[in-house]
Amino acid sequence: MSDVRSTASQEDLEEVPQGPSEGKGKDATRGLWGDAWYELRRSPTFWSASVLVAIVTSMAVFPFLWTSVEPDACFLAEHGREAPSLDGRWFGYTFQGCDMWAQVVYGSSKSLAVAVLSAIGVSVIGVALGTAAGYYGGFVDSVIGRFTDVFFGLPFLLGALVFLAIVPVRNVWSISGVLIVLGWTSLTRIMRGSVLSTKNKDFVDASRALGASNRHIIFKHVLPNSIAPLFVLSTIYLGAFVSAEATLTYLGVGFQQPDATWGLLIQEGQPYALQGSPHLLIIPCAFVVVTVLAFILLGDVLRDALDPRNR
Amino acid sequence: MGRYLARRLLQFIPVVLGTLFLLHYLSVLSIQFNGDPIRALFGDRPPPDAVLQAMRARFGLDDPCLDTRGNPCLGMFLDRVGDYARLDFGIDFRGREITDIVVQRFPITLRLTAIALIFEAIVGIFLGVLAGLRKDKGMDNAVRVSTTLLIAFPTFVFGVIVQVFFALQIGNWLDTQPWSPLWLRNMFTPVYLSDYPWLSLVIPGLVLGSYSLASIARLTRTSLIENLRADYVRTARAKGMAQRRVVGIHTLRNSLIPVVTYLGIDIGNLMGGALVTEGIFNIPGVGGLIFQSVRLNDSTVIIAVVAILAVVFLTANLLVDIFYAVLDPRIRYE
Repeated sequence: MSDVRSTASQEDLEEVPQGPSEGKGKDATRGLWGDAWYELRRSPTFWSASVLVAIVTSMAVFPFLWTSVEPDACFLAEHGREAPSLDGRWFGYTFQGCDMWAQVVYGSSKSLAVAVLSAIGVSVIGVALGTAAGYYGGFVDSVIGRFTDVFFGLPFLLGALVFLAIVPVRNVWSISGVLIVLGWTSLTRIMRGSVLSTKNKDFVDASRALGASNRHIIFKHVLPNSIAPLFVLSTIYLGAFVSAEATLTYLGVGFQQPDATWGLLIQEGQPYALQGSPHLLIIPCAFVVVTVLAFILLGDVLRDALDPRNR
Repeated sequence: MGRYLARRLLQFIPVVLGTLFLLHYLSVLSIQFNGDPIRALFGDRPPPDAVLQAMRARFGLDDPCLDTRGNPCLGMFLDRVGDYARLDFGIDFRGREITDIVVQRFPITLRLTAIALIFEAIVGIFLGVLAGLRKDKGMDNAVRVSTTLLIAFPTFVFGVIVQVFFALQIGNWLDTQPWSPLWLRNMFTPVYLSDYPWLSLVIPGLVLGSYSLASIARLTRTSLIENLRADYVRTARAKGMAQRRVVGIHTLRNSLIPVVTYLGIDIGNLMGGALVTEGIFNIPGVGGLIFQSVRLNDSTVIIAVVAILAVVFLTANLLVDIFYAVLDPRIRYE
């Protein structure tokens, strides 16, 4: 989780004076987002990452499209730990004789639900607090700043352990809640910096000189022009949250049996990986890694497309 | 510099107290909502009240404020901070002093962190420089792809895979080879060997450092590319200075400032991350202690050790900030 702070360090986009909604026809000057879309369309990385994300999302929302096997159809005696084979099930069977493919397909929904909920949560908090701190400055800024420092002082994983230890119910909501409580700090700082640099632009001064209210300035000028770095970071955070949820589940403080999630499959498969059943470990690991990778790549191309200095 | 230092120190104290309070409040809430951990120790056979009371007093959990939900128990917090300041972190459920356990385990975690830090700094900076000097060429693409892949591996996935398919398999194979020296065999071990306090930590250290290694390589690369475009580099080139000197002396020094900052902050992160690595490789360090306490639900240990690590993390950040101000005078006049 800590890397996102460094990867997002080049977020200033101040060289783009246009607002976001100026794309009119091919020859008109494109706005920031029009420009970004123009870049993205040509990027093979963007398309492959998007396809991966689309596949995983559809697995999470409509698992029955991907497998006709019920996740709880397990046959311990017949199929326990059965290895993958080309003429049988390609992904083999889990330790308890459940179909591995059905397990990973159904397992995606919880991981993804946690990631999406947490990413939305941290974005909302980040935008609200970051904008308040950056725009109003002074006392508000110091209070929010110190508050951020306090939460930042808890290392992510350790904090999540302590938080989850006090929540007796472990479900999508409580795990997302914990990830939000610990994850909002970096986004708030990034948003604050971005708002600070936008706030001092001439067009904001012009708007204020024309008598616009703070509310108008924030929603019409400051937010649209400073939210791009937040988009990049939340996309990367989606991957980071998938990874964090799997880690916490693996550590035993996330989802518990009989839920089916990737973290649980890895935890369950680890001891048998060396006893002739490496697929119990490799297949769920591969799903986690590919999903995280897709989100990180998407965030990366998005950042490159949104940063005019890269051209 | 003096003013900056004073201001930074004044900010540090409330933040440390705030973080400790956050931890304290969490533990208090946990007791108020989930019930008393002492009572839970006895399972379904309730002990006599006198025993319960005595044990509560022993663990400092006899404060009446623990009976009202949502009460922050400020008095208890002040006592706790006072105890922490005297390096008294209480006792675990088996009655051992937590301070003793941590002092005994801390050197192992420090060694692990040191291995990870050295590894990620040397390899990460080296890869970042290689990639940054040849932007968009083969080496650059290779570094970019491999670091992205590395970041996509959650530490625990990487650790489990390395342990099972790398440390164990190669270790077993080495044991059957007559030529392999003892040190090599002890390096490829899936568990910690107390007779080889450094060698058997090498592989876990590499796993622990791998995640930050990718970030450092990327950071070095971006920072180097940005600085290579700077005016002063063009001037140095125009003067006819050799490429080695331009890169080695002028550009690299300036490019490494953010990397050094990152390394400093990472010390704290690594100590927290050691939790997963130590858990997987069964290393008896501080992280392993938390891993164990989570399994045993020993909340006093979790809270105390997390408090120690949070303070270490905050102190590391403070030192980095001060160091940064020494390196870059602009920061002081903010």
